This record gives sequence, structure tokens and C-alpha cells, in this order.
Amino acid sequence: MTPAGSSPSAAALSASARWRWWEFALLAAGLLSWLLLPGHALLLNEIAILALFALSLDLILGYAGIVSLGHSAYFGFGAYVAALFAKHVLPDPLLGMAAAILAATGLGFATSGLILRGSDLTRLMVTLGIALVLYELANRLDWLTGGADGLQGVVMGPLLGRFEFDLYGRTAYAYSLLVLLAALLFCRRLVHSPFGASLQALRDNPLRAASIGLSVRRRLVAIYSIAGGIAGAAGALVAQTAGFASLDVLDFHRSADVLLVLVIGGAGYLYGGIFGAIVFKLLHDAISVLTPQYWTFWLGLFLVVLVLVGRDRLVRPWTWWERRRT
Amino acid sequence: MSARREGVVPSTEAGDVVLETRGLSRRFGGITATDRVSLRVARGARHALIGPNGAGKTTLINLLTGVLVPSAGTILLEGEDITALAAHRRVARGLVRTFQINQLFAELTPVQSLALAVSARLGQSARWWRPLGLGTDRRVAEGCDRLLADFHLEDVMNRKVALLPYGKRRLLEIALAIACRPRVVLLDEPVAGVPEGERQQILETIDALPAETSVLLIEHDMDLVFNFARQVTVLVNGAIFAEGDAASIAADPRVRAVYLGEGHDGSPAQSRRDGARG
Repeated sequence: MTPAGSSPSAAALSASARWRWWEFALLAAGLLSWLLLPGHALLLNEIAILALFALSLDLILGYAGIVSLGHSAYFGFGAYVAALFAKHVLPDPLLGMAAAILAATGLGFATSGLILRGSDLTRLMVTLGIALVLYELANRLDWLTGGADGLQGVVMGPLLGRFEFDLYGRTAYAYSLLVLLAALLFCRRLVHSPFGASLQALRDNPLRAASIGLSVRRRLVAIYSIAGGIAGAAGALVAQTAGFASLDVLDFHRSADVLLVLVIGGAGYLYGGIFGAIVFKLLHDAISVLTPQYWTFWLGLFLVVLVLVGRDRLVRPWTWWERRRT
Repeated sequence: MSARREGVVPSTEAGDVVLETRGLSRRFGGITATDRVSLRVARGARHALIGPNGAGKTTLINLLTGVLVPSAGTILLEGEDITALAAHRRVARGLVRTFQINQLFAELTPVQSLALAVSARLGQSARWWRPLGLGTDRRVAEGCDRLLADFHLEDVMNRKVALLPYGKRRLLEIALAIACRPRVVLLDEPVAGVPEGERQQILETIDALPAETSVLLIEHDMDLVFNFARQVTVLVNGAIFAEGDAASIAADPRVRAVYLGEGHDGSPAQSRRDGARG
């Protein structure tokens, strides 16, 4: 990129945007998991989709400081648009993906005005309300969405006209992984740009952000729309790889789960959604084997420990018995 | 932005008013925090706004910068009515402030904060592809280098702002405003709470502001006020109580009675003779 030259500022700024070794390791792990774990492709596919969904929440929560309990609205909207597109327009997955992203971005833009004002609590309630409204709409418009029965008869075409979606989820996982990678690269550019820095500035201090000449409202609208689009992409992946869309994609538990994922993985550094999704899904998988009914008990316990002990200490067991300095 | 370039004529004539308010008022319920204030700040002014606690100085600054909406009156910047303009648009026109209580970006580093402010001034803060400060345009990085050096922030440029010592945060508070290249800068108690050793650094940076930049200084420290200001406006109970050049305000017995006599050690005349700051 631009040579840093003799400018200490340019050197410092380019250092903060540089790729780290563990980012490459994560990319390699994603590729290897597809090659070496074909038997687990269905679970891995779910992880990739949840990670993408959490990435979109990280953009608004971690970077712009917008709390949301209704992010499933955009996820579910994307899922229904992708399913309807395949059923009524064209079965091609990539075109369906584009339609879902566009539609969910539009929904994000249309609803962004509602989150511009107010405290965190107001935003929690407003976003929750948006998701509830969409859920009920999908329920009532059963001539379009199939209502409580879900949208039946969605037949997906092969990916790029060549790769059929198979029962074991191999194609699905590759597809989800590539969409996640594309979104991650896009978000990575975004958050290191002046626009990304201005989001963090208005998260930390909207008053000062305006006092150095930044338009807070326009930025919130922009990032909320973008996050809506990426959530829509995650929803589209669910609908396309399952060949089905039901009310479950708009359900409250989706919004709550994705928030938990981000709490587990950590917000504001772009990879929290990925780590969180891995931990969340693997925990779910492991605990469900032991106690299929009561896995949320153990999840709850884990969350309490995580928040009380702190993520930094939890992943560094050797610090547990060190004396805390006061 | 282009209007701003044209406006930079280094004229310091007394009649050349940059910032003006006419009958500016702000009421909170039954309390009048700002009471029909008509203030004129000349180009290149070194103007101080003083007054006892609760006189409405910070409210006035909040009205000028668009944080609060006035109940009545108008605000003119370079003769144009900016009363209804959003806060960030006033900054683009060259009206910039600092805060009495630091308002910084806790999770960013000083170099990131300043790069963002410089990008905003250059109209590049909405760019979303190139990394911050690393485009083909070198002005952002070079602007940051200069600000970091001028404000003694080079040694801490890569530390999170939340972890900086207070004096450094105070310097960054002012540097952020200067990064916007203000035509009028409103300094709200710039040395409030700054330890003695670091005070001098801040005063030097204020002294080094370009001559054509108008400065409106809100300050409690009388030494600083009468060393720095050529014009002084005294605010009492939200209204202008007295105004004039520094010497006449210092000599005004009414001002001394309501304000200077209220437990502030050292008369202004004595401070001026000493000429020492800190």
C-alpha cells in the first residue's frame, strides 16, 4: 500500500490496519475444516451462518454502539426474500442472495430512522418492536409466506449452475464459508477506513463526533442499513441451504442468540462473531448430547461465569490464581 | 469548504466581526440561563468570557455551537445566520470548540482521533475503502504529524485515549479542535484541572494559534484571562454585565464588586504587573 515514508502517523495508522498472523490462521482453519471434516458440514454450515449474522450485529453494536434485540428482523426478511425469489423468480442462489441483501439493506434503511434517537433502552425496545411486527406480518400474510406452516416448495438451483446442494451440506458449507469470507473482507475494509473510525468515534462520544464536524445521523443510517444487508445475507444462506423458510427465522430467540454469540466472542474487533458462533454451537452440540432438554441451563451458567470472571481471564487459565493488584 | 478558503483574509480591523449574537436567550423552564445576549467577536480576537459560577457561560457556548437550541435570538457567523444549523455543519464553517470536561474518543488512540478530525476537515471522513490516513492524499498523515508534535502527544500517540494521563488528554482535547482549523475557536476552561507542570504546554499551544483565528476563551483563572485577552465580556445571571478592553474591565469597580472580589486571590491589576503565568 502507500509507503509509510518518514511520517510517524502514517506508520502508526498502517500498523493498526495490518493483517495479523491469527487472521490468516483463522482463514486456513476455515478451509481445512471443509476439507477434513466433511461429516460435520451441516454443523459447520450453521456455525458459518451464525458467525455471519453475528458479524452484522458487531457492526452496529461493537462499532457504532447501537444495541439491538431485534436483529432477527433483517435476518428473517433476507431468508423470506431469498426463498420467495427462488420460488417465484429464479432458482439461482447467487441472484437470490443479491436480492435478499438488497431487500434487507432497504429494510435497514427504512427502519434506521427509528434508532437515531433515544437511549440504549429505547433502542432495545424499538428494535424488539420491529422484529415483532415483522414476525406477525409473516404470520398473517400466509398467502405469501405460508404463515405458520412455513414457505413450502422452494427448490434451489445449483450453485454457479454446477454445484448441486447435497444432503450432507458440503456445497452448502462451502457456499456459506465463501459468503462469510466476502462479508468479512468487506467489513474489514469498512472498519479501518475513515468511515469505520468515525463510527467508533460516535460510539465513544457522539457529542464530540459532531464537534469535529461528523454527521452522526447519516453515519448511523449508513451502518444500520449495511448491517441489515449482511444480516439478510445470513438469512438468505439459511433459506437457500435448507430450501425452506419458516417463522422461526424471525423468532425472538434468533435475536437473543446472536447477541449471546457476540457477548461470548466479544464485540468491536470483527472476529468476535466467529469465535462466539464456534463456542456457542459447539457448546450447544456437546451439551445437547448429554441433556437434550436442558442445554440452556448450562449455557446460562456459562454466560454467568463468562461475564463475572471476564473473557480475558477465562481464556487465560494461568492467570486465575494470580493475585489481583489493587 | 470553498467559502471558508475565500474568507481567510488576515484582517484584524476592529470593525470586522466574525461571530455575532443578537438577543440570544435560552430558558430552562422558569430559569433564564442566557438572557438577551448580544455579543460580537472580532476577526483575530483574543476575547475572554468571564463570570461567576452559574453565570451561563457554558450554556452560551452550547448555544453558539449548536448543542442547545436558543429560545430566542440569532447567531451570525461571517454575517450568515447559523441559528438553525446542525452542530457538525457549524464546524465545517469554521466554528469549533473545546469542552470544559474532556470529550474524547476513549477507545481510539490520539493518532486515530486526530486523523479522523483532519479527514473530516478535508471532507474525507465518509470514505470507506482506503484505511484511515493512508490514501494517496498525504495531507492527513502530515497534518497528524504536525499536531502530535505541536501538542506533545508523540510519545503516547499509539495508546488508547482512556489510558492517557489527564494532562495528555487535555492536550488532545485542544488538539482535536485545532485539527479542524477553526476560524473561531471557543475554549471552555482549557487549563481546568491541569497540573502545574503541564499547564505551560497548554498555554503555549493557545498562544501559538494563528493570528487570524478568533479565540473566545472562557476561564476562571484571572491571571490567564488578563494575560491573554484583549477584550473581555462579563456575564452575570445569563446577561452581559460589562464588556470592554481588558484594562477597563480590570479597572471597573462594578466588575470587581460582583466578580473579582468573590474570593479570587490577587487583584487583576496585580496579576498584570506580575505577568507570570503559573
